[in-house]
Amino acid sequence: MPKTSFLNPFKAIKYLFEKPQTLKYPFETKEIADRYRGFHKNDWDKCTGCGNCADICPNKAITMVEIPELPNKPEEGKKNKRPQLDYGRCCFCGLCVDICPPGSLTLTKDFLHIHFDKKTFTFIPKDEKLNKETYKAEKEYSIFTASLSQRKEYYDGFSPDIRYALFKPDRIEMPEIEPDERKLSFIEQVIGYDKEQAKEEAGRCLECKLCEEACPAHLKISDYIDAIYRDDPKESLEIIYEDNPIPSICGRICMAHCEDACSLHIRGDSLAIRWLKRYAADQIKNFKEELELKPGKPTGKKVAIIGAGPSGLSLAYFLRLQGHDVVVYDELSGGGGIIRIGPPTYRLPLDAIDKDVQYIESLGVKFKFNTKVGRDIGFEKLLNDYNAVFMGIGNTISFSTRVKNSEKCTLALDFLKDNKIGKQRKVTKNIIIIGGGNVAMDVARESIRLQHIQFPEQQVITKIVSLEGWDQLPATKTEIEEAKEEGIRFNPSWGPKEVVLDDDGNIRGLLCKKVKSVFDEQGRFSPTFYENEEKFLEGTMIIEAIGQRADFSFLPEKLFKRLEFTDRKKIKVDANGMTSIPGVFAGGDIVNINMDAVTAIADAKVAAEGINKFLNYD
Amino acid sequence: MRELELFFGPQHLGMVGNFSITLKVEGDRILKADANPGFLHRGFEKLMENRTWMQNFPLVCRINVVEPDHMELIYSMAVEKLAGIEVPERGKFIRSIYCEMARVGSHLFGLWAYANMLGFDTVAHWAMYHRDLLLDLFEELTGARVYHIYLRPGGVRRDFPDGFTDRLVETLHKIGGKVPDYNATFFENSIFKKRAEGIGTVTREEAIRMGAVGHTIKATGMKYDIRKIEPYDAYDQVDFDIPVRTGGDAYSRLLTIRDDMIESVHMIFKLIDKMPKSGEVYTKTPNPFKWTIPEGEAYVRCESSRGELGLYIVSNGGEKPYRVHFNTPSYNHGLTVLEKALVGESVSDVGNIMISLYVVAPEIDR
Repeated sequence: MPKTSFLNPFKAIKYLFEKPQTLKYPFETKEIADRYRGFHKNDWDKCTGCGNCADICPNKAITMVEIPELPNKPEEGKKNKRPQLDYGRCCFCGLCVDICPPGSLTLTKDFLHIHFDKKTFTFIPKDEKLNKETYKAEKEYSIFTASLSQRKEYYDGFSPDIRYALFKPDRIEMPEIEPDERKLSFIEQVIGYDKEQAKEEAGRCLECKLCEEACPAHLKISDYIDAIYRDDPKESLEIIYEDNPIPSICGRICMAHCEDACSLHIRGDSLAIRWLKRYAADQIKNFKEELELKPGKPTGKKVAIIGAGPSGLSLAYFLRLQGHDVVVYDELSGGGGIIRIGPPTYRLPLDAIDKDVQYIESLGVKFKFNTKVGRDIGFEKLLNDYNAVFMGIGNTISFSTRVKNSEKCTLALDFLKDNKIGKQRKVTKNIIIIGGGNVAMDVARESIRLQHIQFPEQQVITKIVSLEGWDQLPATKTEIEEAKEEGIRFNPSWGPKEVVLDDDGNIRGLLCKKVKSVFDEQGRFSPTFYENEEKFLEGTMIIEAIGQRADFSFLPEKLFKRLEFTDRKKIKVDANGMTSIPGVFAGGDIVNINMDAVTAIADAKVAAEGINKFLNYD
Repeated sequence: MRELELFFGPQHLGMVGNFSITLKVEGDRILKADANPGFLHRGFEKLMENRTWMQNFPLVCRINVVEPDHMELIYSMAVEKLAGIEVPERGKFIRSIYCEMARVGSHLFGLWAYANMLGFDTVAHWAMYHRDLLLDLFEELTGARVYHIYLRPGGVRRDFPDGFTDRLVETLHKIGGKVPDYNATFFENSIFKKRAEGIGTVTREEAIRMGAVGHTIKATGMKYDIRKIEPYDAYDQVDFDIPVRTGGDAYSRLLTIRDDMIESVHMIFKLIDKMPKSGEVYTKTPNPFKWTIPEGEAYVRCESSRGELGLYIVSNGGEKPYRVHFNTPSYNHGLTVLEKALVGESVSDVGNIMISLYVVAPEIDR
């Protein structure tokens, strides 16, 4: 025990002569720490309105409110909703900052707010850019007037930091066959997730559902991803089948508008939604045995569908579930339409297409393959025999550049079609592809494979010539990257001028001219060139992949005349998917401008409802 | 003489916290004491069943106002045990340093309460000022002064800011330099000794029987400290002593608290020396919206500034805890030990004894 004395305390008297430690607040203030968790600030330009902050808030202090002045662009992953804080509930924990995918929410060092009106404690945070009146410069700011409407500018406290974020910004990498190996054959490039990888990737989903609004067909993405996370691919597939009857196809070649909208992609990688759909579809070996979908009660109505592409297949499925009799006509020997001939085997094998088609067939849809409407059966007969007709014919004729000697060139679709479902084409060692879109990439990558197969271990050259510059190329970034990896050479911003022939009339190369601009002031396609700036590319085979158009030759002339088109040369349909000819519906590439599978499914959904209405089966 | 029933608290100058004791007195001698908790019941344990694993960690700290940090620690430890999460090495050291800072801060707060209640205002002001210096450091590290919400399942939320350890060492030296003054004015002041010595005595047998922990049991000469018995975080990597006294009375308890505080400061220095200079500070936990923890139950314990703090947690495999139950030291001290220690004492010493037992009322009413 220490020695004690009642005199000891007098030692404290020395402190009487020291400077007091107490701050004369508010005249003297303390520097506030850099991580201080005070009032919120939100960068509206970065904020996507995803609502993750509101979901994680333990006190439910955050509500998402709609701001009508803001543009609502779900297709870009931007909603016009912004978080509103209730400072009666907020505990300033900062979970909202750590979960915010774009990193727009920040806590500031401001913490003073005094007001007679309690409504002012509910408030929508903005930042300095948007609200200059609230944020004061250092010399104008005073703690005597500080409040939610008098704050100091650039006074950030607890800020978002991706290293400490509550979500995982990085995608589980998809196992793929290496470029050097895959370019030698048509082996499927993507290997697919295994169970653990799929679960982990699915676990990254924050369930904000921005993707669902961006998806043209509005699949219930968050639900089916969650089912994969819970290790239930069957339930996942059932959810997918509510909106998308071709999961094996879409799981491979969907343009994945959802992934562009994913809130994770702003500071990390978007969720691999397409690969997860593929995973779900691949896990179920036999759709017919495992899925319990049944066609509806027979209605006695008959519908003919022209074209077994994505829109035709989807419509057949939706109508069959309603109980209608559905017959699908297609000139090819199997289902898939343009999907069957376009995407090369290394992206979409025929087995995957057949798996989806066979399931739709098992529900009672009748397929009439190798039957071309207009050649084997008349369009007018269809109109007479069926209660409604749907055209999902797609764009099947390739455009030609029509430069000098272009008739010597190969057309993209013919090339792709022969390679996929016909006899493999003979290629040469030096190929030029004209075009910068996804079809051009398919053609180029298929060419390089054929070159390696037909000229093993020899030097081969594949080049792409496109009007568009590097940043304007319409092909997806992944496609361009993968093409580069495989050794395809790009010549952006060059336009074809003339196909140069040698004395025997064989192709010797392509004469190109420099592009001045591709689009005019209104953003329409209208290329201009520097006529005297030329470049000669050597090549012994040229493939034109500059776009496709639809073939309406099956339509009798008087009907074709009644068909109305839009300014962008697409078939005009009403809100029910019906064309200007009553009873004739349309969808897919001939109607929408996206020209991809998932938009075709969306068209089919509209048409399915329209046809139901038309047949009085709402 | 006449027996009287006397209500001590919750509105009473000698009472710290929302707590009440019903005393049966004869003259100024206490014949019987009944503790009445419940004035601060906020239903935390029930509330936690309605929040996800991640949403709970900003909540638990509110159970104890004086020392929120060990509440965060115990919750994180329980979740980590249930979910099988390992904390990275640097994270463990940061957690231990943070908890020792909390212990010093909490003891200083306790010292303020004790000195203030007995009328030693000078000491009370010093203690409050020195706690404030620590709060500045907490603010710098975590972004808040009282409810830090820093220690999360898997590790901590942010790494130390640049130069933080230097400032921490400097502040601790500043506080440590005042220990002689504290001794002179308080611990070695014969007036204080007279008021605290020999009151509220608890023998070691009684203390063990009534489940006393922390400095209450250390003041009876028993080296009982979870940091030694079941080392967690980085406590097995540094040497430290468990200060004990043998008196078992209020004075011994206060001296144990002082020694414990000094030992904590030394431990922080050792931890800073041994801490890995870089590395991860937390293990990534699953997506907070999808985080489920496999079915199971766990009991974890740590040494808070008031003694052994335990948490029993049950998961039924869902996104939220199925049941949470805290075993807080103030519960034992404030209900059983206090009722026993008050018998035979003077009414004027009730507050004195209660604070020497370090009863924090919010911890009793979860």
